[in-house]
Amino acid sequence: MTTASLESAPKPSRARRASGRPPKKKLPWGSPAVYFIALIVIALTLAPVAYIVLGGFRDNSQLTVDPAGLPSPWRVSNYGHVLTSSTFWREFANSVIVGGVTTLLVIALGVSASFVVARYKFRGRGLMFGLFAAGLMFPITVAITPLFIILDKLSLTDSLLGVILPQVAFGLPTTIIILVPFLQAIPDEIEEAAAVDGCSRLGFFFRMVLPLSLPGVLTTGILTFVASWNSYLLPLFVLSKTSSFTLPLGIQQFHSQYASDTAAVLAFTSLSMIPALVFFTAFERRIVGGLQGAVKG
Amino acid sequence: MSETPQAATALESSLGSTTVGGGAESASPSPAGIVGRPPRARASWRERLEITMLSGPAIVVFVAFVILPVFAAVYYGFYRWKGYGPPTDFIGLHNYKVILTDPEFHRAVLHNFEIAGLSLLIQGPLAILLALLLNREMRGRSIIRVLVFVPWVVSEVIAGTGLGLMLPVNGAINGLLTKMHIFGHVHVQWLGSHLGLWTLMAILTWKYLGFAVILLMAGLQNIPEELYEAASIDGASYWQMQRSITLPLLGPTIRIWAFLSIIGALQLFDLPWIVWGEFNVDRDGVSTMATYMAHYGPRTGLYGYGNAVAVVLFIISLIVALFYQRFVLRRDISGSVTDGGKR
Repeated sequence: MTTASLESAPKPSRARRASGRPPKKKLPWGSPAVYFIALIVIALTLAPVAYIVLGGFRDNSQLTVDPAGLPSPWRVSNYGHVLTSSTFWREFANSVIVGGVTTLLVIALGVSASFVVARYKFRGRGLMFGLFAAGLMFPITVAITPLFIILDKLSLTDSLLGVILPQVAFGLPTTIIILVPFLQAIPDEIEEAAAVDGCSRLGFFFRMVLPLSLPGVLTTGILTFVASWNSYLLPLFVLSKTSSFTLPLGIQQFHSQYASDTAAVLAFTSLSMIPALVFFTAFERRIVGGLQGAVKG
Repeated sequence: MSETPQAATALESSLGSTTVGGGAESASPSPAGIVGRPPRARASWRERLEITMLSGPAIVVFVAFVILPVFAAVYYGFYRWKGYGPPTDFIGLHNYKVILTDPEFHRAVLHNFEIAGLSLLIQGPLAILLALLLNREMRGRSIIRVLVFVPWVVSEVIAGTGLGLMLPVNGAINGLLTKMHIFGHVHVQWLGSHLGLWTLMAILTWKYLGFAVILLMAGLQNIPEELYEAASIDGASYWQMQRSITLPLLGPTIRIWAFLSIIGALQLFDLPWIVWGEFNVDRDGVSTMATYMAHYGPRTGLYGYGNAVAVVLFIISLIVALFYQRFVLRRDISGSVTDGGKR
């Protein structure tokens, strides 16, 4: 596997070009049966999402009388109320802060640690990689109770930092394992050439490694952000003041507070899923490409 | 489970590339996955400084928030402790005795394993077919891809809230079925104890199938195009090619997905907790070890007990992981090593 992972890492970009699809050429139509199956699958996958989004345009009497109906008439007041409520925007901001800072820190710490593992030769390097790889065996679900106690001792409960730092820690193993093959795949010649031109190891890191590992960085960054945006268990344990709630907690809170106002809950819920969806949709191709190196058996 | 996508991909590559992941028995000092590059001169002080500067922060954060809690859990698990003051009431293995004899915990463990098995049986075939379908070069493929992944990107809380509103007896699902005028007036108790587990399986399939598909699609990209060209020259049909080329070569990816799926099922928390609610999961047959842990942990003030549950959950996951690695993944790892050598 050792060599295999090394060889496979640069493949994403090469494979796409080599698979020889001129980007402009139009793809052929598939058979109707294939589209029919695809249509059914899409209908099933989108139905719950459609229910949430459309439900936000209805009112509660519509929802009670005909739970599976379409909005008639369409009402925008639910969305209006959510968009003008300070609670939504505060929770939105908290989620953006947590997601953004988590992603930046995971990338910063992850890339530099991966660089060390991939390109420095020293005793304990294997141990370091093993340590991070072993981290995959400790999902946050298992660690949540003691983690809460530790955060409590550090007075980090009820602060966004108390969510960010554990998320960074639990995001590092993935990041490092995806990035190390990318960094190892950078040919030694480039580093030597850089050294001849008077570039230090660190200079090489900033000028060559960061740009060259961008596909891997993007993949891990997107996955980290989406996971953080959706994360529920950790904030549930760590944050108890409503002022520090992130959106997933906000949805739950809103749901229990306005249990009878289903339409408002649906509007709130559908607005809070937009950022992760936009983010993922924009970068979907890159994720498949970035994972390729990792999937390689 | 919200962490799944990430942990998933990573685990997969770590398992594929090293035996370190599970702390496996082969504790040779040089881990696979890192290739010996020609050694430089002995590390100078400057190099050591760089190593410390670059990797120090990551190691500190990682040890403090990942490694330390696990040891803390083992320690606190031996105490009866309400969470304030230092734990003084050492009770040895008492917490573990209570956990292992609690029928409610037994039910939770059983559900975990049922969910793990059913997930493989239901999601596996569906994911392979869907990945094959989405891998065909045809118009509209990219839009179909994006739409299929939507449930995976939507958070568990959003999905859970929406589904929690759709599934009750007077909810949208029954409403829709009634409207179809096939089954008459439908009032199925989707969330009740009879159907609970199956409803949960449907929800999990809906939510996580996209992840399986994305992984398998990435695996499909790695199968050399030439094999298909050669096969089609030999007159092989589409399905023959899938059976004799795609499936065997996709084997490692499938086995790794299966591993991630099993571990995810053992750690399942969000969806039962949100759709059914803290106090209904046990009654409706969808409790899991993690919901048990959350219910009897800090939220009820039983800190020592909650930690002991965490340790049990961890040990069960670890045993399953090591077992799987030993008997299923091992051949992938050894296979790819020899394969890598041949090329």
